[in-house]
Amino acid sequence: MSAELGAWGVPVAVLAGAIRVSTPFIFVSLGECITERSGRVNLGLEGTLVMGAMVGYGCSYLTGSPWLGVLAAGLVGVLFGALHGFLCSRPRVNDIAVGIGLMLFGCGLAFFLGKPLIQPSAPHLPAIPLGFWSDTPQIQDALRVNVLFLLGVLLAPAVSFALQRTRWGLIVRTVGESAEAARAMGYDVNRVRMLATMAGGFLAGIGGSFLSLFYPGSWNEGLSSGQGLMAVALVIFARWNPVKCLYASLLFGGASALGPALQAVGVTKGYYLFNAAPYALTLLIMVLSSSATRTSADQPAELTVAR
Amino acid sequence: MSAASPVPTSPAGASGQAPSTRLAAVNDRAARTSLLKKFEPPLISLAAILATLLLFGGFLLLDGLNPLDVYEVMFRGAFGTSFSFQNTLQRSAPLMLTALCTALPMQLGLLVIGGEGALVVGGVAAAVAGLAMRGSSPYTVLTAMFFAGAIAGGLWIALVGVLRAYRGVSETISSLLMSYIAIALMNHLVEGALRDPESLNKPATRHIGEVNMLGPIPGLDVHWGLVYGLIACLVSFVLMKRTVFGFAASMTGGNMRAALLSGLPVRRLMVLTCFLAGAAAGTAGMIEVAAVHGRANASLVAGYGYTGILVAFVARQNPLGVIPVALLLGGIGASGGLLQRNFNLPDASVNVLQGILFMVILVSETLYGKLDLWSFARRRTPPKAPAVGVTA
Repeated sequence: MSAELGAWGVPVAVLAGAIRVSTPFIFVSLGECITERSGRVNLGLEGTLVMGAMVGYGCSYLTGSPWLGVLAAGLVGVLFGALHGFLCSRPRVNDIAVGIGLMLFGCGLAFFLGKPLIQPSAPHLPAIPLGFWSDTPQIQDALRVNVLFLLGVLLAPAVSFALQRTRWGLIVRTVGESAEAARAMGYDVNRVRMLATMAGGFLAGIGGSFLSLFYPGSWNEGLSSGQGLMAVALVIFARWNPVKCLYASLLFGGASALGPALQAVGVTKGYYLFNAAPYALTLLIMVLSSSATRTSADQPAELTVAR
Repeated sequence: MSAASPVPTSPAGASGQAPSTRLAAVNDRAARTSLLKKFEPPLISLAAILATLLLFGGFLLLDGLNPLDVYEVMFRGAFGTSFSFQNTLQRSAPLMLTALCTALPMQLGLLVIGGEGALVVGGVAAAVAGLAMRGSSPYTVLTAMFFAGAIAGGLWIALVGVLRAYRGVSETISSLLMSYIAIALMNHLVEGALRDPESLNKPATRHIGEVNMLGPIPGLDVHWGLVYGLIACLVSFVLMKRTVFGFAASMTGGNMRAALLSGLPVRRLMVLTCFLAGAAAGTAGMIEVAAVHGRANASLVAGYGYTGILVAFVARQNPLGVIPVALLLGGIGASGGLLQRNFNLPDASVNVLQGILFMVILVSETLYGKLDLWSFARRRTPPKAPAVGVTA
């Protein structure tokens, strides 16, 4: 496969990976960004992602329309977000712990309900061949871009604009910076956070549908390997800035593609170690970007995860 | 606080003076609330488990099954026969240890969820130690394996503690990321340097040797891992509830700023507690290798680390409470096979049940302090003077 490009196959494959693998990261991290800006952490997005993948695949299989699948996945994400928001609005309930619970519940439920979906194949999302100018199959393959990726790229500045320049965004940020100030202004803090978590769930669900409907493009129990969790770390790395979330997602997508890319050109040694690259990278970035003595000025003050 | 301090009230109260009566009533109430406090956690946890069974029952009904039938089989599969009960005990041993991996740091207010990684690292280290010591007496081999597993797992989670204490990295996320790294490391090692050439389909390390395996407890068909788990829970309980170290830990967990101001070595406490937590989970890995598999391979990644988080939460982070809860969840896990055979329920149904239980337990946190039924009743009927008699 790599005969034509030689060693260039690796960067091309990493580029392809950055585009393909990063899409779920983009959606989940943008969703988590909205939620965290309201002062709550939803660690359960991993569960939402897997549920979204299952429901999206099932809906696409039953209706024949992958776009309906994407929508259904988003709606399931909204339901999970609402559940998280509702549970967390009870007094003394820890949002991180609820997230862990939802992660277990979402994965369990998806595997339970998705058992009959492992065999059949559902219609996939279409791709746009942006690599038509090249005759190299790898480059053509790398630039077969999915519409969801483009949507995600456009969504990042849109979310940024919404948070910075709209009334809704201001309310969300107020709630995230000081619940007391928001309450004094007459906003229902729990309701705002619940809505922000539901919005985050919607995006995470869509990210999940990408996994089952485009790449890797099937439903099985090993579909997600912690993308939902890494997205949470990624939001911290991106300093709660949606546009930086996009860049960070691309970086992670590239890192995730490194192992398979090297394997494709014949470097099989340390395959599993390269698979660990995105996790190690996340950890390294978190170590470098946090500090024991001060909290980042960008961090929503009501947030507990990155004290 | 309790009935132990009724000294001034009983004689004065008997004479019927109003202020001391009030004092007696307060005393009396304190006695009841302290009694209530003692029974509140198990009562609420039990209620939460019942609520979970109801919710999961609805889920089963939707699936066209009779929940009562399923629960009957579940009980049979977990505790019904001596065979199934021993299977439950066998499964609860690693759960106790991985639950401590979450419960111990929680005393300091740290939410560590990387038990799975520490278990894997401990298992691999134990296997390496066992193979290196082959030829020594089985007792020496097992001791070496125990220390290797515990220390490797301990260092793994201690790193999480170091990152939290000295760099402010969220321990929840870093511990989970490190689980993925641990699994990748194990795969790398069993595929490469440590691989037994005879393990074709499922790469693994070489076998530690049948003589070196951790045997059953005399008279039972349960391996010694259970005793490791019980001892770890008891030691953790004494450490956290009856020693200066534990007091310092719970003070840090209660108010970190106050702990820092009173000069407690908060950072060292964090790292040390994380080490102990990881050592517990690493021991679980050692038990899995020494008593069940005989070698380290992907079978170590069986989800004990994640179920352990649930065990810790249901037990409300109390090391003694971990024991019965680990038995319960071990039982649910043990009945999975029977459920699959009898009702064609997939493995994941156990995960669904666990997920529901987790969320119900978290929401039940809201109930604490609201169960004060006695004081509710008292508010309706104003207290009379002879109420003193209770405290005397």
